[in-house]
Amino acid sequence: MFDFVSFIPRAVVQGIPLLFGATGETLTEKSGNLNLGIPGVMYVGAISGVIGAFFYEQSADGALHAFPAIAIPLLCCLLGSLLMGLIYCFLTVSLRANQNVTGLAMATFGVGFGNFFGGSLIRLTGSEVPSIALSATSAYFSKSLPFASDLGWFGTIFLSYGFMAYLAVVLALAASFLLRRTRTGLHLRAVGESPATADAAGISTTRYKYGATCVGSMIAGLGGLYYVMDYASGVWSNNAFGDRGWLAIALVIFTIWRPNVGVLASILFGGLYILYLYIPTGTNLAIKELYKMLPYIVTIIVLIIVSARNQKENQPPESLGLAYFREER
Amino acid sequence: MLKQGNIPLFHISRRKALPWQLAWLIRGVAIVLALLVCAIITTQMTDYNPLQVYATMWNGAFGTTRKIWILGQDIAILLCISLAVTPAFKMRFWNIGAEGQVLAGGLACAACMICLGDTLPNALLIVCMAAASIAAGALWALIPAIFKAKWNTNETLFTLMMNYVATQLVAFFVIVWEVPKGAGKVGIINQATEAGWLPQIGSYKYLLNILIVALLTIGMYVYLNYTKQGYELSVVGESEHTARYVGIKVSRVILRTLLLSGAVCGVAGLLLVGGTDHTITTTIADGRGFTAVMVSWLAKFNPIGMIFASFLLVFLDRGASEISTNFGLNQSFGDILTGVILFFIIGSEFFITYQVQFRRSGKKEDDNV
Amino acid sequence: MQLRNISKSFGTVLANDHVWLDIYRGEILALLGENGSGKTTLMNMLSGIYFPDEGQIFVDGKEVVIRSPKDALSLGIGMIHQHFKLVDVFTAVENIVLGLNEPGRLDMAAVSKKVCDICDAYGFEVDPAQKIYNMSVSQKQTVEIVKVLYRGADILILDEPTAVLTPQETDKLFAVLRNMRDAGKAIVIITHKMHEVEDLSDRVAVLRHGQFVGDMITAQTNAAEMTSMMIGHSVTLNIERTEPIDPKPRVEVRDLTVCSVDGVLKLDGVSFTANAGEILGVAGISGCGQKELLEAIAGLQTVEHGSICYVEDGGTRDELVGRDPLSIAAKGVSLSFVPEDRLGMGLVGSMDLTDNMMLRSYRRGRSPFVDRRTPRRLAEAVVSELSVNTPGVNTPVRRLSGGNVQKVLVGREISSDPTVLLTAYAVRGLDINASYTIYELLNRQKERGVAVIYVGEDLDVLLELCDRILVLCGGKVSGIVDGRKTDKRQVGMMMTRLAGDTDA
Repeated sequence: MFDFVSFIPRAVVQGIPLLFGATGETLTEKSGNLNLGIPGVMYVGAISGVIGAFFYEQSADGALHAFPAIAIPLLCCLLGSLLMGLIYCFLTVSLRANQNVTGLAMATFGVGFGNFFGGSLIRLTGSEVPSIALSATSAYFSKSLPFASDLGWFGTIFLSYGFMAYLAVVLALAASFLLRRTRTGLHLRAVGESPATADAAGISTTRYKYGATCVGSMIAGLGGLYYVMDYASGVWSNNAFGDRGWLAIALVIFTIWRPNVGVLASILFGGLYILYLYIPTGTNLAIKELYKMLPYIVTIIVLIIVSARNQKENQPPESLGLAYFREER
Repeated sequence: MLKQGNIPLFHISRRKALPWQLAWLIRGVAIVLALLVCAIITTQMTDYNPLQVYATMWNGAFGTTRKIWILGQDIAILLCISLAVTPAFKMRFWNIGAEGQVLAGGLACAACMICLGDTLPNALLIVCMAAASIAAGALWALIPAIFKAKWNTNETLFTLMMNYVATQLVAFFVIVWEVPKGAGKVGIINQATEAGWLPQIGSYKYLLNILIVALLTIGMYVYLNYTKQGYELSVVGESEHTARYVGIKVSRVILRTLLLSGAVCGVAGLLLVGGTDHTITTTIADGRGFTAVMVSWLAKFNPIGMIFASFLLVFLDRGASEISTNFGLNQSFGDILTGVILFFIIGSEFFITYQVQFRRSGKKEDDNV
Repeated sequence: MQLRNISKSFGTVLANDHVWLDIYRGEILALLGENGSGKTTLMNMLSGIYFPDEGQIFVDGKEVVIRSPKDALSLGIGMIHQHFKLVDVFTAVENIVLGLNEPGRLDMAAVSKKVCDICDAYGFEVDPAQKIYNMSVSQKQTVEIVKVLYRGADILILDEPTAVLTPQETDKLFAVLRNMRDAGKAIVIITHKMHEVEDLSDRVAVLRHGQFVGDMITAQTNAAEMTSMMIGHSVTLNIERTEPIDPKPRVEVRDLTVCSVDGVLKLDGVSFTANAGEILGVAGISGCGQKELLEAIAGLQTVEHGSICYVEDGGTRDELVGRDPLSIAAKGVSLSFVPEDRLGMGLVGSMDLTDNMMLRSYRRGRSPFVDRRTPRRLAEAVVSELSVNTPGVNTPVRRLSGGNVQKVLVGREISSDPTVLLTAYAVRGLDINASYTIYELLNRQKERGVAVIYVGEDLDVLLELCDRILVLCGGKVSGIVDGRKTDKRQVGMMMTRLAGDTDA
């Protein structure tokens, strides 16, 4: 019998970093910016948080207070990923550079940045293992509701997560609400669909592109922070985050640019990612690698179906990947 | 008279033409600025002065004969993948799936070595490996191309996803073929028989790869600039309208170009698996599929320019790794430097394409008239 | 509202040359002018799309600076563009509220209600929840107009609003515009159609070649006077016109009907014959199907029905409908096409002269390599014969000036010794000398026995260059006249006549 009660929480914690990344990237893409640097942004977000937490733990010398222990890594993470968003915007929006090239350069830079400072911190601690453990800070991040464990399967499935998991869901729903129901969202979508139209309607395309991309980067950065502080219990080791950034981009396509769908889809992706753990014992171990392929295959299928059906609502934003220059005729 | 403050501060317009000397001057300035920034970062991390930094980097790249050979090998592989993606880019098809195409090629190569290693004579085996690698790489690129041609499926996202499908496929086979069982890696294939190892020229392990890539570079240069197919794909890239106007079948050109693009990636896989590594891992492409995108773009899709672009990036990488070894910093230091340099060069293109005119106040204009 | 000394140039082309214009509240002003006379450019500067190179704009006596559409909107200036500025995947209401910064949260229901109120008040029919991509062209325009009304713009600019409307819709629109005028708003309508000017406007202002010619009260003028102001006095250009030698049918077009991608009828039952050794001019206000006509003959348009027959000297007939450019060429039909969009279609801007010369011919021969020697010689020949001003044959054509680009394109198209030569706006943007070079070339082709089809916008040129002139109006043929026996007035009237007929 498949054990759903243990499976679902594991799928959820796998899915939450993806959900952060996908929500951020959806906002970004809705403004017409295809930020392929998201993996780098998530690394930078994670390491910035780690650096903040590390120095706080060092200075507090064991006596941590709840508020700064959460606020410092959070702020550092937001600041780090904001800077990444600004670099991307400055190059692609202000200087109209090619988005793909800029994004890939950011991915290289961000991953390198994360691993480099991760490595430096590890050296600072002089530890034997190639990782940093910030268990004290992590304890605050992964703290779940005190009565969760008393509620049986309900508590396990719904209430056993740290606050950032709920933050991810709230952000996704908020992003969805923003895009669909508010003036800002309407304008943002217009900028991504048809910058010329938005411009003619008096909307500052530059401001919206900057805004969406920077906020999007900050949300994506939180995904990195969640991964280290909650999922990995505060242990940073280089490259552990893996290809989750790209998976977040896949999730954006899979949800057809809808953050609210992302809440469930991220859990599905998380589930697909760890499904191999649940294959019957005795099966060839190699099969598990094929299971890990599933999220990507599913995404490709969605991408194909969407383009083949050619339904206008489900297409990528019309001007995705293109720079806008008003006087270009 | 226009009121000051109310008028736009500056005005951006597309440049008509820029002499190439000036364009290269701008790029040169960008690189110099980037190197300065890198030097500042490095001096912060270490106690070197900037000159020492570059001396160390130079040493890392050219210090010993062995280092020079490794430099050559790294340039060759990066250049090979860059050459592969170039025809697609020239056609404005954003193939960022080179990573996956190289893996597919390498996987096919490894499969031949493992499965046919004992049955075929070496020469025939190598032919099989080459054919299989090229076919696998081409197939991997053809899949997104078919959907692009038929339904205009977004190729950037599609090829990106194909990378990870390939990665997992390799991961699967690595476990199927793992030696010894449970090791989680394939190890050196045919270590005893050396079956399917590409021949070494003299005692130089990397020379064959470098020569093959040199030939490919010339070939790609000729293909892009002197053949009808190369001409067709640049027309398609510049304007599909024009292509239709002269009767070029756009979807056929897309398929054909991506076949070529994937095939060259397959060659890169062959050189890595059959030529130097003699094993297969999921990280065999090592992000070079993405770096190649930047190399190709930096060189403005010119194969000769790509030699210099890949040299620059590999040099930085090798140099930075020397610095990190000396200081116990980790290898990722190179990625940071690469990133900084790329940001500067990417930014500099703006000043080549556009000109910024600052509006002067009305009074000044009157004075000048 | 007052415009003073407004100038704007694009590259070397001066689109507006020190224009003075006054716009009054409570008045409908018709802005009249030929294609390319700078009407749209001028209005784009009012709506903030372009920024003028020089000049001043006053609204209610105060000088203003319009840097962006936002500035324009805050001054109450709303423009309905010829190409709709709508987001396809949005609903009508979403498009209508786009860019508005009303306080409070976005209440779609309230907006829908307000939209419906506006529609009811003026008799529009808009489904607020309908997506734009599901709409017909006229519905889209209605949304555009409602959008401006919703904003309560008090200076309203409409760029050829009636081009896509049915007569009934046009009448409704005019009624709305009159209501708005009576409410004290200023309205500017850009148009070519004389009868609309007479029907609707209070005052008419005329632009010609980017310059302000004059304005007058509509009631005190007539169509003939306006036409002559618009097209200027007949000028003698002294273009050489040789007598056709032995004209015989070369291309026979019968009942040709073409629809654009979004389903708009572009050509409606067009029939004519182009003769060898003759220049057939095609006149008409812009967008009347000239582009589609040429593209259909060249094999680039899907044809709804009708036939295009190529007649060889021996009398053999080949059907061209349903063929692409390659198979037309394979048929042995030698057809050259100088398209309107030179750098977007006829040439590749970033390639040099040599590479552009071989666009048509690069397939020749079985070698997988391109032969650059022949095109290079051709490029050199074109450069020297047509005196193309270029640093060399290795210069990308994008760097050349408009006239030289055109010489390169025409030179290439002529070099293949065509039997049919199609040209679209061959002298647009060219200076006098370059234009004469092109006329000269066309005449030489005519003497060679080529059937030349010349789509033009300058009536003086058409009248002096062409043997016969086909006049298109709204996708239909309104007549074919003899270039030697007709005058500018007659052709001018024919260009607008048919639209007048359908209105009546």
